[in-house]
Amino acid sequence: MKVKYKKTKGLTDKPLSYCPGCTHGIAHKLVGETLEELDMLDDAIGIASVGCSVFAYQFFNCDMQQAPHGRACAEATGIKRVLPDNTVFTYQGDGDLASIGIAETIHAANRGENITVIFINNAIYGMTGGQMAPTTLIGQKTTTSQSGRDAKSQGYPIHISEMLSTIEGSAYIERVSLHDPKHVIKAKKAIKKAFTYQKEKRGFTLIEVLSSCPVNWGMKPIDALKWVEENMVEQYPLGVYKDKEANNG
Amino acid sequence: MAEKTIKVAGFGGQGVMMFGKLLAYAATKEDRYSLWFPSYGPETRGGTANCAVIVSDEVINSPVFRNASHTVVFNLPSLEKFNDRVEDDSLLLYNASLIEKEVKNDKALVVGVPCNKIANDLGNPKVLNMVMLGAYLALTKLFSADVIETVLKEYLGDSKAGMLDVNKQAIKAGMDFIEDAGISYA
Amino acid sequence: MGKILMKGNEAIALAAIKGGVDAFYGYPITPQNEVPEYLSKHMIENGKVFVQAESEVASINMVYGAAGAGVRVMTSSSSPGIALMQEGISYIAGAELPCVIVSVMRGGPGLGNIQPAQGDYYQATRGGGNGDYNLIVYAPESIQETIDVMKSAFDTADYYRNPVMVLVDGLIGQMMEAVDFDRPVEKRDLSLKDWATNGKKNHPGKRNIANSLHLGAEILEDHNKNLKKKYDRIKENEVKYEMINMDNPDYTIVAYGTMARVCRSAIKQLKKKGIEVGMIRPIALWPYPKKAFDEIPSTCKGIMCVEMSMGQMLDDVQISNRGRFDVAFYGRYAGVVPEPEEIVDAIENFEEWRVE
Repeated sequence: MKVKYKKTKGLTDKPLSYCPGCTHGIAHKLVGETLEELDMLDDAIGIASVGCSVFAYQFFNCDMQQAPHGRACAEATGIKRVLPDNTVFTYQGDGDLASIGIAETIHAANRGENITVIFINNAIYGMTGGQMAPTTLIGQKTTTSQSGRDAKSQGYPIHISEMLSTIEGSAYIERVSLHDPKHVIKAKKAIKKAFTYQKEKRGFTLIEVLSSCPVNWGMKPIDALKWVEENMVEQYPLGVYKDKEANNG
Repeated sequence: MAEKTIKVAGFGGQGVMMFGKLLAYAATKEDRYSLWFPSYGPETRGGTANCAVIVSDEVINSPVFRNASHTVVFNLPSLEKFNDRVEDDSLLLYNASLIEKEVKNDKALVVGVPCNKIANDLGNPKVLNMVMLGAYLALTKLFSADVIETVLKEYLGDSKAGMLDVNKQAIKAGMDFIEDAGISYA
Repeated sequence: MGKILMKGNEAIALAAIKGGVDAFYGYPITPQNEVPEYLSKHMIENGKVFVQAESEVASINMVYGAAGAGVRVMTSSSSPGIALMQEGISYIAGAELPCVIVSVMRGGPGLGNIQPAQGDYYQATRGGGNGDYNLIVYAPESIQETIDVMKSAFDTADYYRNPVMVLVDGLIGQMMEAVDFDRPVEKRDLSLKDWATNGKKNHPGKRNIANSLHLGAEILEDHNKNLKKKYDRIKENEVKYEMINMDNPDYTIVAYGTMARVCRSAIKQLKKKGIEVGMIRPIALWPYPKKAFDEIPSTCKGIMCVEMSMGQMLDDVQISNRGRFDVAFYGRYAGVVPEPEEIVDAIENFEEWRVE
């Protein structure tokens, strides 16, 4: 019998802790497959952050560290500088990366740290129960923006990929989405490209992954995916924001 | 030799720190104990600066001291600050080029050295601190001119080697000033 | 290399290199700037890692990453910067990773000033971060002792898989003394870091994780029980102190770091006045030399704790004294270093400084 599909070796056998319908599972699979396909599982060190992906250290089948809230890029810097030939990546949500950890993220990019950041943007704080994130859309209701996010008092959705693309040290920045299979395949390509760039020592790479959070958005999984397509993609346009083709940029 | 506590003070830029450091380096060269510490503040330039040096034949305990065995002041604010903080029978050297009023101190031998004038006469106003160092060494005999010359050479290093001669001349001029004035300090 | 005259902060940096440091991550703050400045040159020249981070918060987490990766790593900062690092220090302690943290204390609270102080005794010994944990804290009194402590700090950190803090004040950082870098220091038998997250190829057959998260009360309690066992071993083996003139003292001073040196001069002055004063000088602040207090002869008239703070180590003095002797406290703080004469006065007027 021919094997057509099997679980990637890039993930452990530990059942994922994410809610049903959440796209974290897909993102994990894409990263796991990439690590396996690029033969990185034996040299990779991943950083789990604080948020829904706090348990990521249980799922990726490589050495892992668990970072304080927002500090994943600093921790990754610490590791990569002493182990420059190992693969180092972080897996962070939008609260972790775009709010409390934005300084660490920007400066890691600015130093051109040769690491890969997987940035899950689901426009909300999932782990803590659905509070407003810096990426929450205008008018989006959360437990701390109950009449909908009001730009006047709560600011605007933050555009991480656009911001980081202006930074000299970043080598590859792309925003992808997981709302349908076609886009999942595109996301995989982007993630693989980012890790390949790291292998080629090109500098800082970040893939922003638009994701759904059906539970905290109060939607069925299928509706949540539609909401990503119809609302998030409009606010956060997909595509490549930075691509330093060669080592010398 | 009993422990000598030395206070050096002046404007930033008058070479106060260098004066103190040379004494500490000289002590190390002679295998004596020494300790140097600066008053340090947020300003790198200007303002008042002072440093403390302790030279001893025995292990140095407290890095801070109330009264100085030797006080060297390069300007009036420094004199006013440290004039009362001297040991009995101590030495107070002041820069007579900038402190024109009469300096009184019941506890110390007071010696004025016109450092700026002597340095200017040598053609390099910057070496006023070395003029004072020469006078200081002539009075205290704490270190020989040879040891000071050795540490001065190391202190200036290759990048400032061209400054060595004028600094040596300044030290000599300071020593000569004391000798010519016929002042001695036991 | 014989004795050389060196500034305290630079000596800390060179001693770290002699102690085998592989990586330094830090952020500028007075009065410790000569530490990163010196290392920025000499680490890179020797193919080691130096990174000026964007903040103390980032620095300590870079330290976490590198410590987890299994190398010898350090950071250096001063009071407000160490405050910012507390989160990371708690995580490092929780994940049982070895590192060295140099703290050059200045006046506080808040921005305070940049003069020498000892107001961070609690911060160092009580764990400024969250949770049950301890750092091994050394408080040397001279540049030479700082060098000796720094050179062995990495061994100690590796041995216990625990952060070690070297706590000095701005005076030790800024002053110069003649020092010897070749004095032998204690070496420990260290096992391989088979726990390091340095890629599975380096430890085939298992996946390493650096982590301080343990959901489930019993699971975390088990982890913390293991931490406690380790801390108990440290308390048993790593107490370090000096007894000075303690044969038959009229009074006993307790002081550490720069303050202890000042007290040594005061003790000499008091001797001339016919007053015999001894001193217990903790070299490690944690674990604290509690048992040393049992050796104070019963003829002693009282214990005088002297600090450049409002009285923080005083707590440990009172705990260790267990009510045996009257206790007095003399402190100057906020950047003021007391002169020996003030301590002489304080001893002569012991009653005036007595604390309940």
